[in-house]
Amino acid sequence: MNVQAQKLAEVTEVAGRNRPVTPIYLDYQATTPTDPRVVDAMLPYFTQKFGNPHSRNHQFGWESEEAVEKAREQIASIIGADPREVIFTSGATESNNLALKGVMGFHKDKKNHLITCVTEHKCVLDSARHLEMDGVEVTYLPVQPNGLIDLAVLEAAITPKTALVSIMAANNEIGVVQPLAEIGALCRSKGVYFHTDAAQAVGKIPMDVEAMKIDLMSISGHKIYGPKGIGALYVRRKPRVRLEAMIHGGGQERGMRSGTLPTPLCVGLGEACAIAQAEMPEEAKRLEALRDRLHRGITERLPEVYLNGDENHRLPGNLNLSFAYVEGEGLMMGIKDLAVSSGSACTSASLEPSYVLRALGVNEELAHTSIRFGLGRFTTVDEIDMAIEQVVSAVSRLRELSPLWEMAQEGIDIKSIKWAEH
Amino acid sequence: MNSSVYMDYNASSPIRAQAAAAAGAALQLGGNPSSVHGAGRAARRMMEDAREQVAASIGAAAREIVFTSGATEANNLALGGTGRQRRLVSAIEHDSLRGASGLELIPVTAAGVVDLAALEGLLAADGAPALVSLMLANNETGVIQPVAEAARLAHRHGALIHCDAVQALGRLPLDVGALGIDLLSLSGHKIGGPAGVGALYIRGGLDLAPALLGGGQERGRRAGTENLAGIAGFGAAAAIAAEELADFGRIAGLRDRLEARIHAARPEAVIFGRDAARLANTTCVALAGVPAETQVMVLDLAGVAVSAGAACSSGKLKPSTVLRAMGVPPALAGSAIRVSLGWRSEAGDIDRFIETWSGISVKASRELAA
Repeated sequence: MNVQAQKLAEVTEVAGRNRPVTPIYLDYQATTPTDPRVVDAMLPYFTQKFGNPHSRNHQFGWESEEAVEKAREQIASIIGADPREVIFTSGATESNNLALKGVMGFHKDKKNHLITCVTEHKCVLDSARHLEMDGVEVTYLPVQPNGLIDLAVLEAAITPKTALVSIMAANNEIGVVQPLAEIGALCRSKGVYFHTDAAQAVGKIPMDVEAMKIDLMSISGHKIYGPKGIGALYVRRKPRVRLEAMIHGGGQERGMRSGTLPTPLCVGLGEACAIAQAEMPEEAKRLEALRDRLHRGITERLPEVYLNGDENHRLPGNLNLSFAYVEGEGLMMGIKDLAVSSGSACTSASLEPSYVLRALGVNEELAHTSIRFGLGRFTTVDEIDMAIEQVVSAVSRLRELSPLWEMAQEGIDIKSIKWAEH
Repeated sequence: MNSSVYMDYNASSPIRAQAAAAAGAALQLGGNPSSVHGAGRAARRMMEDAREQVAASIGAAAREIVFTSGATEANNLALGGTGRQRRLVSAIEHDSLRGASGLELIPVTAAGVVDLAALEGLLAADGAPALVSLMLANNETGVIQPVAEAARLAHRHGALIHCDAVQALGRLPLDVGALGIDLLSLSGHKIGGPAGVGALYIRGGLDLAPALLGGGQERGRRAGTENLAGIAGFGAAAAIAAEELADFGRIAGLRDRLEARIHAARPEAVIFGRDAARLANTTCVALAGVPAETQVMVLDLAGVAVSAGAACSSGKLKPSTVLRAMGVPPALAGSAIRVSLGWRSEAGDIDRFIETWSGISVKASRELAA
């Protein structure tokens, strides 16, 4: 047995010994497991307390309405808002659609300009493109190589025709946190509404609609250990934000969003917010330590690993790395005991490299080998250590098989090679 | 107070044990149905099983089902997505359809049935591409609409037809092929599934523009991470829709008993839609001179839950648009309540209702108001 094969066998054996029974879930930015405490809070509203919260004439309805209003308070509390400013939606996708199309639909006769950013979630970008077809003028701000927008560029983009600026709080792929308070102050001084997609941020980092001068904010349930199928949109009352409803009907949610409210899901989102609010300070520290352990553990043993997104302004539970000299699909196969993703879940089935990484200027090869590690409430030190082993072993193995890696080790500049044409 | 009696199934049905169990199981399963790893695939499998169940309950193929946040969204999607220039909507549709702007209303007869001759007249009057929307059974009166005939008329004039079947699933045999419809809305919580989930059936091959844009879920027709718990619960409830239907003979018996006792106790009471085919669980009854709100309040104090119209508008005090469309005078419409039964209803509930309701008088209501 040659030395390399021996090494490979050893690494494989170590990985084999440590192999967990189920894959290690490190995809908390795609979705989170529902916290058992949230499930417990929800279950009675599926069964015994099943009333329609809009039935104003009997106690079945009142009981549900009370639960929905308590949830609304819990959501308002975690973002420093008034409960009357929170409306329930079917999720952050709907919240983002409603914020963009609703505000622009209401104001487009007078103010016809929307500013957003190239690294936003697909539902924001698709809504913006749809508005463009309807005659709205849209500016897509670029980002700097660290993933953050340049405030001077934003300021220069605002015109008297600008109605709305929509910049996400924390990015779903690379976890970078935008300078929200600065954006909010700028928008307020220019008389422009500020919407932020905070699906990844609420419950993870402190969010305050007053301090950050936010006018609209999208919130997701399933990203914060609540159920899927529920979200919220914060809509400021003073100064009042006017928007056009998208779903018409019974006039629920103060006319901004019709449809029977799903009481158990509302309760779940409220409870998820309450738990996150209580535990955030400690949990953020814990996750940061785990995330840094993962980052250090990988980079101490592997050269040519690149962090995507700003090192400091990022979510505690996100690490996005690119591995040079390996091939993307091979890498995903090599770490199949880790449930991670190479980008956002919505587009994870596609083989296109992430548009977010491309916007940062990451080259195509590195964009193809990026891995998003999403850590969360149930991630343990043991899981992180096993993840380090898996990643180091898979990358080392793939590099040993790679002629490019061999050449790089020998000091050959690959870009200087003139490949034969076939 | 005695234990409560729930007679407001058309607003929301208590959840079925199977549906609650399925929703609970889904809540405990991690995974985003769009993720490619094992956790994501398990979530997707659960979702696709539910899609099969919902599709089977209406005789559709799974790929023709798009999950939404409820019937309100499904109705909005159907109405907005076909791009048809004219939209003909019956005068008794739910607010999620009637609330849109630029509609043409199809009148109904005094019995509460859509006027097909009027529909034909409307279709013939203008050749522009049209969408017709007609519900299968009305939420307030329970009156069943001639949807298959309306579909034939619509198609003869090149129009598409949408059907709000929210109140019909589990209460009427439902087959999209036999009805000949193009689009059909369903609700989870009306059939013993959870609230916050619904579906739109879109006939295979029909083009429909999405309203929610984003991650391209639901074959590009409805973006947003799917409500897995809701969908699983909806699937389980749809799977027992046939069982629910089999129980409807019993419920019809209860409703007939209710109406006989209403008639015996208060011969002056008016029951709406009695001359038409109705859902076997719904009674819409007016007691002239006694405001509906008073009746509902008195009944609630006695622990009996009924409603003064559709739940979504029951906070408002305007008389029912459905009854007005049937030509009921506003004063009488304002004294109508809806009693709707379902799978947990039993004979004792009828007795409890009659005990309280039969004693409500004009005089008592004046005293209460004073």
